[in-house]
Amino acid sequence: MESLTNRKVVVSDKPMTFMEKLYLPGIIKGMLVTFRHILMRRKTIKYPEETREFAPIYRGMHVLKRDEQGRENCTACGLCAVACPAEAITMTSAERTNADKHLYREEKYASMYEINMLRCIFCGLCEEACPKEAIFLTDRLVPTQFERGEFIYGKDKLVEPVDHRIDITKRQFTGKRTTL
Amino acid sequence: METFFWIDKLVLVVLLFLISLGIAAYQTYFERKLAGWIQDRVGPDRAGPFGILQPIADGVKMFMKEDFTPANADKWLFILGPGIAMFTSLITSAIIPWGTDLQLFGRSISLQVAEINIGILFAFGIISIGVYGIMIGGWASNNKYSLFGAIRASSQMISYELAMGISAITIIMISGSLDLRAIVESQHGMNWNIFYQPVAFLVFFICALAETNRAPFDLPECENELIGGYHTEYSSMKLGLFLFSEYVAMFVSSAIMAILFFGGYNFPGMDYFTDSPNLLSILSVAVFFAKIFLLIFVFMWIRWTIPRFRFDQLMHLGWKVLIPIALVNMLVTGFVVALYEHWF
Ligand code: SF4
Ligand code: SF4
Repeated sequence: MESLTNRKVVVSDKPMTFMEKLYLPGIIKGMLVTFRHILMRRKTIKYPEETREFAPIYRGMHVLKRDEQGRENCTACGLCAVACPAEAITMTSAERTNADKHLYREEKYASMYEINMLRCIFCGLCEEACPKEAIFLTDRLVPTQFERGEFIYGKDKLVEPVDHRIDITKRQFTGKRTTL
Repeated sequence: METFFWIDKLVLVVLLFLISLGIAAYQTYFERKLAGWIQDRVGPDRAGPFGILQPIADGVKMFMKEDFTPANADKWLFILGPGIAMFTSLITSAIIPWGTDLQLFGRSISLQVAEINIGILFAFGIISIGVYGIMIGGWASNNKYSLFGAIRASSQMISYELAMGISAITIIMISGSLDLRAIVESQHGMNWNIFYQPVAFLVFFICALAETNRAPFDLPECENELIGGYHTEYSSMKLGLFLFSEYVAMFVSSAIMAILFFGGYNFPGMDYFTDSPNLLSILSVAVFFAKIFLLIFVFMWIRWTIPRFRFDQLMHLGWKVLIPIALVNMLVTGFVVALYEHWF
């Protein structure tokens, strides 16, 4: 049979020659190989100081977007939670009062919205499911913590601050609404 | 004179103690760095610039760990084991001539703690006691893995000590003395023994690897079969002493190899410095340490290149390969030395 790669090696158990039995040539050859590796350039990325370059559409920590007037987009429809294969999302909805009109865009909003970052597999299906352009994955990393509970992100960590918007334009695919 | 003598020796002893420990500590750092480099990694680099504080962090860690003694262990032997291991590793450095004499305060100060005329015998005696630390530690732990480690260590020691001794005899025959300083003096300049006795060096080096329990002969500890071997049950600084004594032993055996085969503190062109004995002394110490570090590097280089031997292969190599080679080498050397002395 013709082999597909040139990596095929025929195994044999022929007795070792005298040179092979000495082992020393083999050992010296091996030591030269390791010595070459001492001189090689390291490919390590020293993480906190250096970071790997991300793809423009990297799927990292989520953000809950606000619209231009600073109102939260999410209407607590629950489609993201349904779409989520890891069951990482949970929320409770509430009805918007007149006094809160400047805070929430839709009449119904999420009074509580949580993503468990330990469950999340960063597949991006929540983002795809969302009809309101409310949730997006960003190129930010979820920072490490010492306690498991700290990985459950509430609205305090997910909703973008009004004065510090998070750019998600790279992940806005064509065919989706870009404005309201 | 007498008091000065004691002061000199005391200062030298304390210095040697600190240097041995310091070098052993930084050997652990360098070993991890080298392992990293060989495996295309960076190695420890977090503690201080380039990670040079890593040995201190490791030491602090060792001290902070719980010091645990197994219930069925023999308490006294359990404590004695690491003590003996450390003691025997350190004590050999006393007989090593570290450099030519210093001229200070109008006196000549010898850089050798104990000038005994049977230095090499003393070194071998101490090295063979060294295995008692491991044996006692493994036995006292009352654990089958530890016992296996101890048994392996002692059988390995017996098998390799023979070939090591025989290959050292060739050096003794060439230089005609058991005194380490005389052996060093006989290799003045570039007249090193390695050029006359490459085979003896090879045998001696392989045996030194086995005696210090370094890979590929680290069967007494081998992590993946014996989960640590003789030090399985040890924790805290007792474990630290065991691990540390291995590095001190590596340092000292590199020094002995440098003396026996690489001319100790001799270096080519040392005759130019006869007018300034102090400069010569400092240079000779530096050269000696450079040789030691090079040998230590080779020790580590081998460890991260060659896989561990199987136990039967180890015995085969020791008894059926190294001892015959060493014996033939000794006989040939004996004949040549005898011929040389009678006919020339
Ligand atoms: S984020 Fe989007 S999909 Fe999820 S509840 Fe809010 S509006 Fe619905
Ligand atoms: S990225 Fe995927 S796993 Fe994570 S919350 Fe969204 S849908 Fe769930």
